[in-house]
Amino acid sequence: MREGTEHILQTAEELRWKVGGDFHEKIMESIYLDATRIADRAVTRLGEKEHFDLDGFIDRLVTSRHWGFPIMFLLLMGVFWLTIVGANYPSALLSSLLLDQLHPLLKGVSAQWGVPGWIDGLLLDGGYLATAWVVSVMLPPMAIFFPLFTLLEDFGYLPRVAFNLDHIFQKAGAHGKQALSMTMGFGCNAAGVISTRIIDSPRERLIAILTNNFALCNGRWPTQILIATLFLGSMAPAYLAGLISALSVVGIALLGVLLTFLVSWALSRTVLRGELSAFTLELPPYRPPRVLQTLYTSLIDRTLVVLWRAVVFAFPAGLVLWLSANLIIGEVSLAEHLINFLDPLGVLIGLNGVILVAYLVAIPANEIVIPTVLMLTVLVTGISGVGEGAGVIFELDSTARTWEVFRAGGWTLLTGINLMLFSLIHNPCSTTIYTIYQETKSVRWTVVATLLPLGMGFVITFFVAQLWRFFSGV
Amino acid sequence: MGSENQQEIEIVPEQADPSSTGCASCPVHHAANLHKLGVDMENWDFIAALAGNPNTGKSTVFNALTGLRQHTGNWPGKTVTRAEGGFEYRDQRYKLVDLPGTYSLLATSIDEEIARDFILFGQPDVTVVVVDATRLERNLNLVLQVLEITGRVVISLNLMDEAKRHQLKIDHRRLARDLGVPVVPTAARYDRGMEELVQAISEVARGETVGDPFQVKYDHPELDQAVSELVEEIQEVFPEIPNARWVALRILDGDRRIIQAVRDGELGILQSASARSVDEGKTALKSGYKQ
Repeated sequence: MREGTEHILQTAEELRWKVGGDFHEKIMESIYLDATRIADRAVTRLGEKEHFDLDGFIDRLVTSRHWGFPIMFLLLMGVFWLTIVGANYPSALLSSLLLDQLHPLLKGVSAQWGVPGWIDGLLLDGGYLATAWVVSVMLPPMAIFFPLFTLLEDFGYLPRVAFNLDHIFQKAGAHGKQALSMTMGFGCNAAGVISTRIIDSPRERLIAILTNNFALCNGRWPTQILIATLFLGSMAPAYLAGLISALSVVGIALLGVLLTFLVSWALSRTVLRGELSAFTLELPPYRPPRVLQTLYTSLIDRTLVVLWRAVVFAFPAGLVLWLSANLIIGEVSLAEHLINFLDPLGVLIGLNGVILVAYLVAIPANEIVIPTVLMLTVLVTGISGVGEGAGVIFELDSTARTWEVFRAGGWTLLTGINLMLFSLIHNPCSTTIYTIYQETKSVRWTVVATLLPLGMGFVITFFVAQLWRFFSGV
Repeated sequence: MGSENQQEIEIVPEQADPSSTGCASCPVHHAANLHKLGVDMENWDFIAALAGNPNTGKSTVFNALTGLRQHTGNWPGKTVTRAEGGFEYRDQRYKLVDLPGTYSLLATSIDEEIARDFILFGQPDVTVVVVDATRLERNLNLVLQVLEITGRVVISLNLMDEAKRHQLKIDHRRLARDLGVPVVPTAARYDRGMEELVQAISEVARGETVGDPFQVKYDHPELDQAVSELVEEIQEVFPEIPNARWVALRILDGDRRIIQAVRDGELGILQSASARSVDEGKTALKSGYKQ
């Protein structure tokens, strides 16, 4: 047996010399030849291309040198605008149901049963409110965003995006398919990191993994939308507010894309130098999207899955928050100690201690940053008439009142802008970090993927703050 | 051969709807017995692999058969992990493995290697190759490579709705005759042709249909010579190997994985599979079950 196998390999070695070097090409040629022959016999084409070629027309338009990018921008803009405008009403409805009606009801029941105050506070004011907040704020935008995005995907637009971005990625020294993993990242960075498996070269794949966090994931854009509405939309006349908010969110998303290019470029010229690998990107035919099926699958698969993840993290985070706000050490609560400790750093980069603590709490899920910020702000400023006590996450029923809380907390336009920037540029959430480790199996690259954006976030917000203060003379 | 009178039959998947044929004795009638088992894959009787070029609707076929909702998207290469699911048909349970989409099986990328290794060493009872009807020529490259490895193949001629839109007529019977394996026209997005597909899968799995797979003609004399020389040697060591020609080609091409498999005797496991399939084929022929 052993001799036999070695003999086979030996013969093969000799034969290989006889056949010559273009062996591989000869095999491929034979296969192609037969494939063509068989296909020709089976296929008949009717009406030789006389009809208007719709696919070709759309392709020329959406991948054209002049129109490709504006169309891409408009589509993205349209999706965000529909999401922002459309989510308002169901969001208000959900929050009045879960927060204004159900929460007092639960409190009443627990009072009737004589549940001890700290259990009642921990579970209802901590866990329940955090969860309810996440549901009411996240569910409506996701239920609009994901189906729209999936429709675009089903239609066949995503590969055209990749086609448009390909030469930029190439200039950045990255793989063209990174456009696809980046687009996935807009839905969820963990999913985006997994989707980098379509990139074969380990070097280019690592670049795609390290930069995926710059694709604004959906857990972060409720923050972006709220802050954009409060700080930027409110400066515009009412009829333009939605548009301005959408524009600024798209602006942040595009900044993320720009950072993806820049960081890819920097990585491919320093630590991850190497050959560019070629690939063929097939532009699939456009297909009429299956609207109902898309609605169903994107609601079940994406929306509910992401929401469930948020809820799972929000509940314990709510407990932690409530505890940290109610554990008094010395004179003040644990949360206030932390805030005071981080405040100087926060102010230096145009944020404040509250925001930094909120990001610390929100490592498992970016979704709960805003409710945490609101709760902590009320805690430290001690404004009366707003909020319901220490450690109670709440949602204010009008943006005007949220605005009041922020102002009481010393927020300015700079704080708003820097919060949007920091939300784009900071460490990935714990799920994504874990996924990166799973994919790279390297502690070193996981640490880089975590600390690189965090460091960049500090640097960028610091410079923005310095420039702002310089020009505004504050 | 190509000048033969061609029989042109336009296949519209709806026409094959079993309910409209009303033929209760027809095997397709049993298609109503398809039970989608989702991730429940315990105690399977057969393993079926799902191969195909990227973006041919492989995942859609997978979902239609298993009832799972693996995410599908209209862009190539979106299935990055191997998905598995199950279905039950005629009281037999099938485990369905969705392989990554590839253009060939020459193992030049990880995806191709995963797909190739599974079809070769995983020894599925059936390999379903999902083919884009609108790009038949390019898709056949993969089909021909699969046929070199195994004859237990069913072709799902998918995206028939697209082909119709592009005014393409595809003679699937002609295709089946040329390829030597069953070809089922499908439009998985609209759940058309799935019953017939399951039927074909079960017939191949049970050995009721025995393929006579097309073999690529290597028209280069020195290549042909080298292959037959090597095939002889391989058959001496592994007498019952079903795909000696393909193995010979891979070794000549310097395929490291296959060379390794020859060296450590892993190739031997392929023999048992061939023995089994031949037996089943014989029984099926004897009982006159073959269609």
